[in-house]
Amino acid sequence: MTNEPDIKQGDWEPKIVAFLCNWCSYAGADLAGVSRFQYPPNVRVIRVPCSGRINPLYIVNALQNGVDGVLVSGCHPGDCHYISGNLVARRKFAIFSDFITYLGIEPQRVQFSWVSASEGAQFASLITKVVNDVKQLGPSSRLVKTGAVNA
Amino acid sequence: MNEVVNELKAVVHKLLSEGAVDVVIGYEDATIPQKTRPAFFRDAEALEKLAWNSHCSNNLAVYLPRMFRKPLHARDWTPPRVAVVAKGCDGRSVVGLLKEKQIPRENLVIIGMPCQGMMDGDELHRACMECTHPFPEVVDIPVSGSARDKAEKRREQLVAFEAKSPEERWRYFTDEISKCIRCYACRQACPNCYCESCFADQTKPRWLGRGNDISDIIAYHIGRIFHQAGRCVECDACVQACPMGIDLRVFTQKLPALVEQLYGYIPGISEEDPPSLCTFNEADSQEFITEPPK
Repeated sequence: MTNEPDIKQGDWEPKIVAFLCNWCSYAGADLAGVSRFQYPPNVRVIRVPCSGRINPLYIVNALQNGVDGVLVSGCHPGDCHYISGNLVARRKFAIFSDFITYLGIEPQRVQFSWVSASEGAQFASLITKVVNDVKQLGPSSRLVKTGAVNA
Repeated sequence: MNEVVNELKAVVHKLLSEGAVDVVIGYEDATIPQKTRPAFFRDAEALEKLAWNSHCSNNLAVYLPRMFRKPLHARDWTPPRVAVVAKGCDGRSVVGLLKEKQIPRENLVIIGMPCQGMMDGDELHRACMECTHPFPEVVDIPVSGSARDKAEKRREQLVAFEAKSPEERWRYFTDEISKCIRCYACRQACPNCYCESCFADQTKPRWLGRGNDISDIIAYHIGRIFHQAGRCVECDACVQACPMGIDLRVFTQKLPALVEQLYGYIPGISEEDPPSLCTFNEADSQEFITEPPK
C-alpha cells in the first residue's frame, strides 16, 4: 500500500479490504476472475480460513490504518467448510455491525456478505456495490490514525 | 440493615468456623465515610469489620478467577474453597464465570444478598436504578431481607443516544473517550476481563499503538466493550472504576441490549444455557448482510 502514489482529492478512489473465506468467497472471487467478470480494482483481498476466523479487531485495525471500507464475506449459512464457523461469525458480526453503527461509524463502511464458490458474477456485483457505497461516503475520517496512508 | 449484617456475619462465621471454606470475600468499611472496600476474611473470630450497607458497590466476582488460577511452578496446589458475598450483579457475574469455566462450582459458595441499590455519594448508581436482578439468581446461602424492586424504566439513555445523528454520536463518543488516560482500570474492575494476556497488552501481534493517538484509545474501548457481548451484566464496575469519569455506560449497555433483542439472551441468569456468542441458531437474524445486487 505504501508504494502507491498519492491520490489527489479530485480523482479519489477508495481502498477496500476484503476478508474472504478460503472455501467459498475466495473461490468465488477466483471464479469471477477466471470468468472475466469486470469489477472495480479498489479491493485488496485477504484470505482467511473461515469467516469465523475474523477478529473484529482486524476490521478496527484496518479502519485505523486508513482503509476506506471493509468487506467480510464467507460461505452461505449451512455451507461452512467447518460446519458452523459462519453461523457463530454471523452472531458476532451482527452485534459488531450494530455496535459500531451505534457509536457513529457509517454502516456502509463495514459490510458483510455471503458469496459461494459458484457465485463469480455475484462476487463482481457485490464488489461493485461496496465500492459505489464507499465512494458515496467519501474518504474514511473516523478512527483513522494520524499518519496513516490516505489520512 | 442491622439484621442483615448480623445474619451475614452468622453465615460467614459458620462457614469459616466449620472449615467449609478457606476464605470469604466481602466488604469492610473504608477509611473515608460512605465508602467500603473489598476484604478477605479467613478467621471466623475476626469478623467485626465485615460490612454490609448501601455503599458496597464493588463487584466482588472480579477476584474469583485469579484465586483459582494455579500459581506458576506450584506442585502441590489445591484450589481454595471460597465464599463470596454476592448482590444481584455480583451473582450474575459469578454465573458467567462458572459458564466460562473460570471457577469450579464445587469450591464456591455464593452468599446471596438482597440488594437495596448502592449509593454513589448521596445518589443511587445508575446501574442500580436500572437493575433487573437485585437478588442473585444462583445462590447457595440466601440472606433474608427485602431487595429492591425490579426497575421498570430501562435504557432511556440508550434510546436518547440512538436518536441522535451518527455525527453527533461519534462526536460524543470521541469526546468522552478523549478523556481516557489508558489506565485500564475499566478492564481491571470487570469480572469478565480475566484474560491472562489482554489484547491491549499484547505485542505479538500488537493490536494497539502505545501512544496517545485517539484512534488507538478508541480501538481499545471498542475492543474492550465488544468483548463483553453476551457477557456484560451491566454492573457498571467499569464506570465506577474510571478515574476520569467517562460516561461508559451509554456505550456498554448497547451490547446487553442487542443480545437481548436479537437472541433473547440475558447473561448471568441460568447456569445451563450457553453464552450467546458461543452458540448459534440457524434462523438467526441476518438483516445486516449485504446481498449482492442481481
